[in-house]
Amino acid sequence: MAVVTFRFSHAPIEVERLRRMLADPGCGGFASFEGWVRNHNEGAEVRHLEYEAFEALAVREGERIIQEAITRFGVTRAACEHRLGDLSIGEVAVWVGASAPHRNEAFLAARYIIDEVKHRLPIWKKEHYVNGDSGWVNCERCATPAGEAPHSHPRG
Amino acid sequence: MDAPLYGLVLTGGRSTRMGQDKAALAYAGRTQLERAMALVSAHVDRAWVSVRPEQRADPVRAPFAQIVDTRPDIGPVAGILAAQQSQPQAAWLVLACDLPLLDEATLAHLVASRAKQAVATAYRSSRDGLPEPLCAIYEPRSHALLESYLQGGRNCPRKFLIETGAQLIDEPNPQALDNVNTPSEYGAASERLAGNHMPPKQLTVQYFALLREQAGRREEALESAAGTPRELYQELRQRYPFTLGSEVLRVAVNSEFADWSTQLRTGDTVVFIPPVAGG
Repeated sequence: MAVVTFRFSHAPIEVERLRRMLADPGCGGFASFEGWVRNHNEGAEVRHLEYEAFEALAVREGERIIQEAITRFGVTRAACEHRLGDLSIGEVAVWVGASAPHRNEAFLAARYIIDEVKHRLPIWKKEHYVNGDSGWVNCERCATPAGEAPHSHPRG
Repeated sequence: MDAPLYGLVLTGGRSTRMGQDKAALAYAGRTQLERAMALVSAHVDRAWVSVRPEQRADPVRAPFAQIVDTRPDIGPVAGILAAQQSQPQAAWLVLACDLPLLDEATLAHLVASRAKQAVATAYRSSRDGLPEPLCAIYEPRSHALLESYLQGGRNCPRKFLIETGAQLIDEPNPQALDNVNTPSEYGAASERLAGNHMPPKQLTVQYFALLREQAGRREEALESAAGTPRELYQELRQRYPFTLGSEVLRVAVNSEFADWSTQLRTGDTVVFIPPVAGG
């Protein structure tokens, strides 16, 4: 029976606990990905980050993504945990792991999950910059000032 | 750059058979002009009312931005040409002011089916298979063609669409384009809409990220006559300084992704989802 898990955490992500959760005697390969908070984005120096999510929908959609990865790549177990709230530079913002009989499925599933999570889940990131400014990533540039025609904008 | 889409509601007709101004007829408590402007505004960047010069100060028309006909007695083509002259770069979603049964789904389908390479996009009448010229989108290139059509002594917009090969699409709701010309047709439509008229819905709206900051709240319970998330967002934009247009948002109803034209019901919780940035 495959274990399906997607969850949010307001506390630092416990990487070891997640890794143990995916352990399985039938698995010979395990791949994980960690997204870290970095100190710069698009030329601006970042001081810290703030993550917010529409949790009810994001958890459902996150579970669907994990299930898709299991079905598509035949991995045995997969999980994802995403941080919310204020994060400092260097902290783990998102953790993805997959275990499978062989390494290739595990790599592919982990890659699939992080890509889909970034595109599909209603999660937003506000960057607070060293110069005192702040902004919601992907939202500020697609604002439509009154009287101007909107431009098209790729999602995700 | 694509041509912007603007809206035009035609009210210059003489309403001869009706015996009174069709724009001022009330349905379920609102004038036909108010209903038409609210419907079209949800789908275009800006909307105007097309009027004859002597109608400018009329109380039903005065609240709206107006475009005044410059050529009398050539029918609805006068309004379309005046709009095209005032904003030549735009495509125009043109609506007659005698379509009380026109619904959100019919307009949404027209806009979604817009063929920008055609002269115009219009519905094919479910009655006779001919184009419906007064619930249609006229592209910028139709202006010169319409002028020369008029120079040739003709002013029937339906024949214009036939001859220029407008893109024709089928109606999602066959009654939506039934027009109202006589007092008895008005009575029938009015009764129908009174029967369909829904009381305002009790909705919950939750706000996240940039929308939460701009609304100044996480959640609110409100009463709204909006039939769809599209109309609801339009309504909320009047109240809050939202900078995000609906084209960059997604919608969720009751914690599942939903379509912009989903029918809202009392008790629904609606969330407008700004561009995401997880990971």
